[in-house]
Amino acid sequence: MKLTLSWLKEHLETDASLAEIVERLTSIGLEVEYVDDKSGLKPFVIAKVLTAVQHPDADRLRVLTVDTGDGKPVQVVCGAPNARAGLVGAFAAPGAYVPGIDVTLSVGKIRGVESFGMMCSERELELSDEHDGIIDLPADAPVGTSYASYAKLDDPVIDINLTPNRPDATSIFGIARDLAASGLGRLKDGTVAPVPGKGACPVKVTIDAPELCPGFALRLVRGVKNGHSPKWLQQRLIAIGLRPINALVDITNYITFDRGRPLHVFDASKVAGNLVVRRATAGEKVLALDGREYELSQEICVIADGNGVESIAGVMGGEHSGCDENTTDVLIESALWEPLNIARTGRELGIITDARYRFERGVDPEFMVPGVELATKMALDLCGGEPTETAVVGYGGHTPKVVAFPLSEVKRLTGIEVPRAESLDILKRLGFEAKGSGDVTDVAVPSWRPDIDGKADLVEEVMRIHGVDNIAPQPLGGHHAVNAKILTVLQVRTRAAKRALAVRGMMEAVTWSFIPAKHAELFGGGQAALKLANPIAADMSDMRPSLLPGLIAAAQRNADKGIGDVALFEVSGTYEGDAPDKQRRVAAGIRRGTARLEGSGRHWAGNAQNVGVFDAKADAIAALEAVGAPVDRLQVEAGAPGWYHPGRSGVIKLGPKTVLGHFGEFHPRTLESLDVSGPLSGFEVFVDAVPEPKAKPTRTKPKLDLSAFQRVTRDFAFVVDRSVEAGTLTKAALSADKKLISGVSVFDLFEGPSIGEGKKSIAIEVSIQPVERTLTDEDFEALAGRIVDNVKKQTGGVLRG
Amino acid sequence: METLENSLMAGIAAAADEQAIEAMRVAALGKKGSVSELLKTLGSMSQEERQTRGPAINGLKVRITEALAARKAELKDGAIAARLAAETLDVTLPVRQSPAERGRIHPISQVIDEIAAIFGDLGFAIAKGPDIETDHYNFTALNFPEGHPAREMHDTFFFQPDDNGERKLLRTHTSPVQIRTMETQKPPIRIVIPGKTYRQDSDATHSPMFHQVEGLVIDKTANVANMKWVLSEFCKAFFEVPSVNMRFRPSFFPFTEPSLEVDIQCDRSRPGEVRFGEGSDWMEILGCGMVHPNVLRHGGLDPDEYQGFAWGMGIDRIAMLKYGMPDLRAFFDADVRWLQHYGFRPLDMPTLFGGLSA
Repeated sequence: MKLTLSWLKEHLETDASLAEIVERLTSIGLEVEYVDDKSGLKPFVIAKVLTAVQHPDADRLRVLTVDTGDGKPVQVVCGAPNARAGLVGAFAAPGAYVPGIDVTLSVGKIRGVESFGMMCSERELELSDEHDGIIDLPADAPVGTSYASYAKLDDPVIDINLTPNRPDATSIFGIARDLAASGLGRLKDGTVAPVPGKGACPVKVTIDAPELCPGFALRLVRGVKNGHSPKWLQQRLIAIGLRPINALVDITNYITFDRGRPLHVFDASKVAGNLVVRRATAGEKVLALDGREYELSQEICVIADGNGVESIAGVMGGEHSGCDENTTDVLIESALWEPLNIARTGRELGIITDARYRFERGVDPEFMVPGVELATKMALDLCGGEPTETAVVGYGGHTPKVVAFPLSEVKRLTGIEVPRAESLDILKRLGFEAKGSGDVTDVAVPSWRPDIDGKADLVEEVMRIHGVDNIAPQPLGGHHAVNAKILTVLQVRTRAAKRALAVRGMMEAVTWSFIPAKHAELFGGGQAALKLANPIAADMSDMRPSLLPGLIAAAQRNADKGIGDVALFEVSGTYEGDAPDKQRRVAAGIRRGTARLEGSGRHWAGNAQNVGVFDAKADAIAALEAVGAPVDRLQVEAGAPGWYHPGRSGVIKLGPKTVLGHFGEFHPRTLESLDVSGPLSGFEVFVDAVPEPKAKPTRTKPKLDLSAFQRVTRDFAFVVDRSVEAGTLTKAALSADKKLISGVSVFDLFEGPSIGEGKKSIAIEVSIQPVERTLTDEDFEALAGRIVDNVKKQTGGVLRG
Repeated sequence: METLENSLMAGIAAAADEQAIEAMRVAALGKKGSVSELLKTLGSMSQEERQTRGPAINGLKVRITEALAARKAELKDGAIAARLAAETLDVTLPVRQSPAERGRIHPISQVIDEIAAIFGDLGFAIAKGPDIETDHYNFTALNFPEGHPAREMHDTFFFQPDDNGERKLLRTHTSPVQIRTMETQKPPIRIVIPGKTYRQDSDATHSPMFHQVEGLVIDKTANVANMKWVLSEFCKAFFEVPSVNMRFRPSFFPFTEPSLEVDIQCDRSRPGEVRFGEGSDWMEILGCGMVHPNVLRHGGLDPDEYQGFAWGMGIDRIAMLKYGMPDLRAFFDADVRWLQHYGFRPLDMPTLFGGLSA
């Protein structure tokens, strides 16, 4: 919402400076976004050309002596064809910045003749595109004074970032009312005197859609002369960014901003018969004033005549019946439209107009008729003519909302004590009417404040006018104790997973929740319920089923910039469906190139190898360990989802059913479809699938029993079929004696002709911890026998000879 | 005897290694060694002769023994010195950096931890809700009337309508969690809700996905004055400055009444740097207000019994203000150079006792 200072002062009597007004507007909730104080035009003064002679060395230049008002004429070289003795124009002295040519003037020599300034054209001052000559003012323009103030161009423009709840402040009068209520001046009387008319309006109005049009006023003015509007009116419209069209249209735009009352004018000669307000028929078309044709639906309200649709109600008029310089009889319309319908119409048709802006917020119903009267008066003033009476259809009058307002609410909600009288006075100045003297006062809401519904709204009115700055901060009381833990288990685990993976040299990425449909489909997603109806870009269309495609794409982007060794992770949401419990919490990571735990790239002590399935497995298990999964009970087996390399990937399970994660290298076809290159490995761990620990009655750790007997190790090598998994073998060894065997590790793998076709050797180190006594050689032999037997039973493996 | 001693001493001195020393020991002190042989002669000597020759021969034995030990020690020292010289390495060769120093935490995670540390101290819990929301939770329950222009301000991402005609959406703010919390928890309520939010918008300061933190206090007394206190305490703690100037401006949000926007005073005169608690610029950082009576009703609370305030601010935005990232879009690029520079070391844990940032 734009306004100029002088326009504001039409309605507000105030001595306040521009700065004070701007500050007050912001502090009462009308946030000033921008102020143009027009100081750029200050250097230009009115000056009179005393003499003009031909330049000695240039045919098209003249040498002027110019009186700039200080009694010392200056010499100026000028190339304008209209430069002549006696001309009064706008002069810029050396040092002035001329915006139209983007130059700060200095004293210069032009073809050998010194020039001490410049006589300017309108284009050079960025006032218009006029550049045929320098500005040519009436002879009585006061020499030596500011050109901008003489030409009324120094009127500061204020742009307010208006919140959608304040239709009353879409009007300069309404803004003046708010400022006056805040004590920054006196609101001038804005009453509009009715303009008497002769005879009834010959065009009848029927409202067929009363649910969309609660009132319609129409008046004919005959015999107008529609030309340019006067300069003051044009200047105001230009200042707030509007283009003057012709007097009748300019009047409607003026009142739109002046009073927040959009109007429409029809050229009566182009209207066929009577007007009807109705819903459009589906597919009905109208050529609007913006020169575009719109196809309408039954949801849209129109004003139609015998020719068809003449106007899209409340949004934009039709081209056909618009007013131009030939208009002699004008129909002035002032109507009320259902705000939500206007909002929807504007959205559907993609039309943003000053009328829509106001109607969708809700215009003052009580100003519908005064709006016509004001427009009539201005039309008569500017264009002459003779009005008929105003026809008002469908308007049942306005019954004010009444809010029961306990004045104690101000203190209850804001914490500040505002005296009762002051509260009531603030409301009165804003146009509210309070009745009664008890604790609860009935407050009638003015017709221009449809946003006021309840007592909290009234508290806001009192608070913003009384001043938010007057509310002193008060500590939030309450807890006088040491805080307990504030994070849930899932939140703690999310944090732990992030830190654990970062400690492994990985960098945390935050990638988009929406990914290309193709990527989603590759990772088990792509279902209809997770596709955005209005994605911001085609490749951000599907809610991700996995964090991996986003991370893999990110790694490739880095690789494309020459950084091929990257380790990235993300702990965030994936989506299995659109219900709240279908949003998973997943920790995922990928490593590319040689970005391994110990470091990447070449190194004098040994180059880093390419990443592979075991890097991913280690990361996955570290993440699970960090989030508190029972790592010693995890089962790892083959059978990861299809986007992994089937022979180099695994599933991590807890029990037969609970899948805690996957890891591995990726399927070559997955990488090809993603258009990325490896080496790449990655994992996903389902943080929300890890069972929550049971609440414990004590923090005491279990008792530690340290054996007094020496721990010993024994090595075994078994020859097994190539398909036997090491995990099965170590488990078999471990279970040979759960009491004595404290650990089994694999220290060597070997395949070769000496072992036999289809066979491999797995060497394990078994840690034995005696608990009751030192073991004898016989004890060890018996234990070794049990290990060998158990391994044979579980895997078919035999001790390597 | 003197000749023998001289020749033995010369032999010991000439011994180049432990083997040679041992050979000398055997030659002198072994069973058939020259000194042992001399000792043996003592038995056949007369009393007087033994009294003079005895000490002389024993003295020789002692001196030879000492000389052998000394030479042995000398050789050992030499061997150690030689080994050390041979083992010397170029210690200027670089070692690999610790993975704990290479890894990075994203600024969003770090700032969420900072927020949790501050509000944890004020007695708030952390709440969460789903990204995919219903129209009810995102709009209707938050007092956005159907078709109201305020809904348009949100540039919502929608999903296709389901079989019942219901159209899910991506939450445009974290405020739906206000309702979800009120539905499951009786007041007093003190929560903050960090999370992902989505709007159809993209430029240097807007991203179609961004992060917000919502705060909600509901009890029987919480008011605007308390809200001003909480927010100014938060800003001081978060920006780690002793004081901040804040400007509370009346504004409009459908779900609060009264509503306010908050600007923070800062100095932006140094390029690429923002200083808080000084300067003359105002920077908008959050919106807040008293929870609208209709929102309390939607949450199953009586607005005449309960009251409270709520606020929301952009996590990415306050991260940018505090740490100086110029462009929001880079947050979601995963460019490792950006992460390396703007990210945080994995063991830099924000706490109030140790300071939020290093």
